[in-house]
Amino acid sequence: MISDLFSFTVLVGILASGIRLATPYLYAAIGETFSQRSGVLNLGVEGQMLLGAFAAFYVTLTTENLWLGVLTAMFVGALMGLAMAYVTVNLHAEQGISGIGFFLFGLGMSDLLFQKLLGTVETVRGFPEIYIPGLSDIPGIGEIFFSQNVLVYGAYLLVPIAWFVLNKTTLGLKIRSVGENPDAADSLGVSVIRVRYFTIILGGTLSGIAGASLSIALLNVFQQNMTSGLGFIAVALVYFGAWRPVGVLGGALLFSMINSLQLWIQVLGINVKSEFAVMMPYVLTILVLVATVSRVRAPAALTKPFERES
Amino acid sequence: MKKFVWFLSLILTFTLMLSACGVAATEAPAPTQAPATGEPFRVAVVMPSAINDLAFSQSMYDALVRVQTEMGGAGAFEIKYSENMFVVDDAAAAIRDYASQGFDLVIAHGSQYGSSLQEIAPDFPETSFAWGTTVDTFGLPNVFAYEAASQEGGFVNGVLAATLSESNILGVVGPIETGDAKLYVDGFKAGATSVKPDAQVNVNYIGSFSDVALASEAATTHVSAGADVLTGTAQMVVGAIGKAEEADVLWFGTQSNQASLAPSIVVASQVYHWEVVLNQMIAKIKAGTLGGEAFVINLANGGEVIEFNPESRVAADAQGMAQETIQGIIDGTIKIPLP
Repeated sequence: MISDLFSFTVLVGILASGIRLATPYLYAAIGETFSQRSGVLNLGVEGQMLLGAFAAFYVTLTTENLWLGVLTAMFVGALMGLAMAYVTVNLHAEQGISGIGFFLFGLGMSDLLFQKLLGTVETVRGFPEIYIPGLSDIPGIGEIFFSQNVLVYGAYLLVPIAWFVLNKTTLGLKIRSVGENPDAADSLGVSVIRVRYFTIILGGTLSGIAGASLSIALLNVFQQNMTSGLGFIAVALVYFGAWRPVGVLGGALLFSMINSLQLWIQVLGINVKSEFAVMMPYVLTILVLVATVSRVRAPAALTKPFERES
Repeated sequence: MKKFVWFLSLILTFTLMLSACGVAATEAPAPTQAPATGEPFRVAVVMPSAINDLAFSQSMYDALVRVQTEMGGAGAFEIKYSENMFVVDDAAAAIRDYASQGFDLVIAHGSQYGSSLQEIAPDFPETSFAWGTTVDTFGLPNVFAYEAASQEGGFVNGVLAATLSESNILGVVGPIETGDAKLYVDGFKAGATSVKPDAQVNVNYIGSFSDVALASEAATTHVSAGADVLTGTAQMVVGAIGKAEEADVLWFGTQSNQASLAPSIVVASQVYHWEVVLNQMIAKIKAGTLGGEAFVINLANGGEVIEFNPESRVAADAQGMAQETIQGIIDGTIKIPLP
């Protein structure tokens, strides 16, 4: 019954699940924040995640080296980013459409590789949960924050780093100026092309880690299309978070917490139809988005290819 | 603003599509054996997920391969398949393609393909179609229907799960509350409460057939809520099985044998042997009847088999316990109450 929700175990369970579920969103959405702040919409995130997830899984399965798995996922994601950058920055392709192309490529390619190299669903031993002596023993708090695996910690560490890079460094200033007014940035000697290459490749790399966080840290399996739309939600979270890492964190946590809440609602047998329960995270996210959308302003040059005026 | 709305709707469309679909592929298994005499019997199948999903689609693919082996290889029995056809429109196109290519039997392996089949089948009166899981042949003379009495294996699994549970809390991870999944889950609940009326069966439908991450978090939630035996149905449960293994709680599978994923915790799986109905259909087709009948696989006709995992620490005990229940269902002394 409703009151069951407020027991200690349940609250701890909801929060710990929410923290875990938000991990892949954070990596992917922070990466996407960088590329969008520089004016490039990358809709290929889902494809990059899938290839990253497969690469990490396959390398881990064959070498039993988890970090090599993560590195391969980063490399594969970066390669996808490089291709995306060439297509959108040099060839001036429509970003939405080419992004969907990259997504479909990642979806199909990861499936093909899976069929050819593995053939069946297998499991690996993924990153173990790290127990921090002392901190992990605190009732509740320990389970929620201090008994997660290393990629979960990494995702949350990424938020302040991304905030710092975007707001406090010259690189961040360049990224923002390229996304707001590429012509002005160009006239001041900032290489728009180089900055965009950097952010798109960075986005791809982080999407690769997002995939790895699923396949070798949180789930430890690979299945075709295992991201099932997660990459697109990550892109939406960038809008939701108003292109700020902290906003993205808020959005990812809100979405994930409500998702874990609905899991518990069903488990506790609270009388809500399962169809309504699974709708909750989406409905609430849309409501919050609608409520906040008026104050949101996208980077001015978002989706606009840059061409130097002659 | 306009662009933003356009973009948002694009994202939402994709998310909805993706939460369930995959990419389509058509391949035929390599013909490995010398052709037998005469024309081969040609079967095409369209399925919603992958042939190696360790669940619904694999159960059909494996059955077709077993029929092929029985009949003497690809020369006598040809299989073509389209997997990951979650988008019904694509599936309909594939069904029509196969029919126009003159296959002897075209199987639409998913209840969502029904209305498409109802339209297509009358256009190809010489082709036999089969669809499942359902009992409805639309009164068409060239459509067979098939379904699994999955509540039977669900009941057996439920009896075993409740008996083996020490906390008397069981967890179920389901996809969407409908069809085969609902039958299995309802059977499981009935089985569990038949041996332990006070057992608590927590059911979680995650609303997706493909969201591995949510399925695994659902399993974690069940464990946190005190469950010490879990089960689940559909292809996204691979994530849940992994979590069950980490938490070292027992797992009961269905549709395909899931022991290979987590040999230490999988006790038993209800495995679908569709070849029981396939053989019946093929015999009918060869005798000139192209449809109009509904078939079912169950424990009694050998279409459903409870396969025990020999590596499980409780398999031997479980097998003994299951025997009586299985026999009871087969000879009708056990009636499974469904809501």
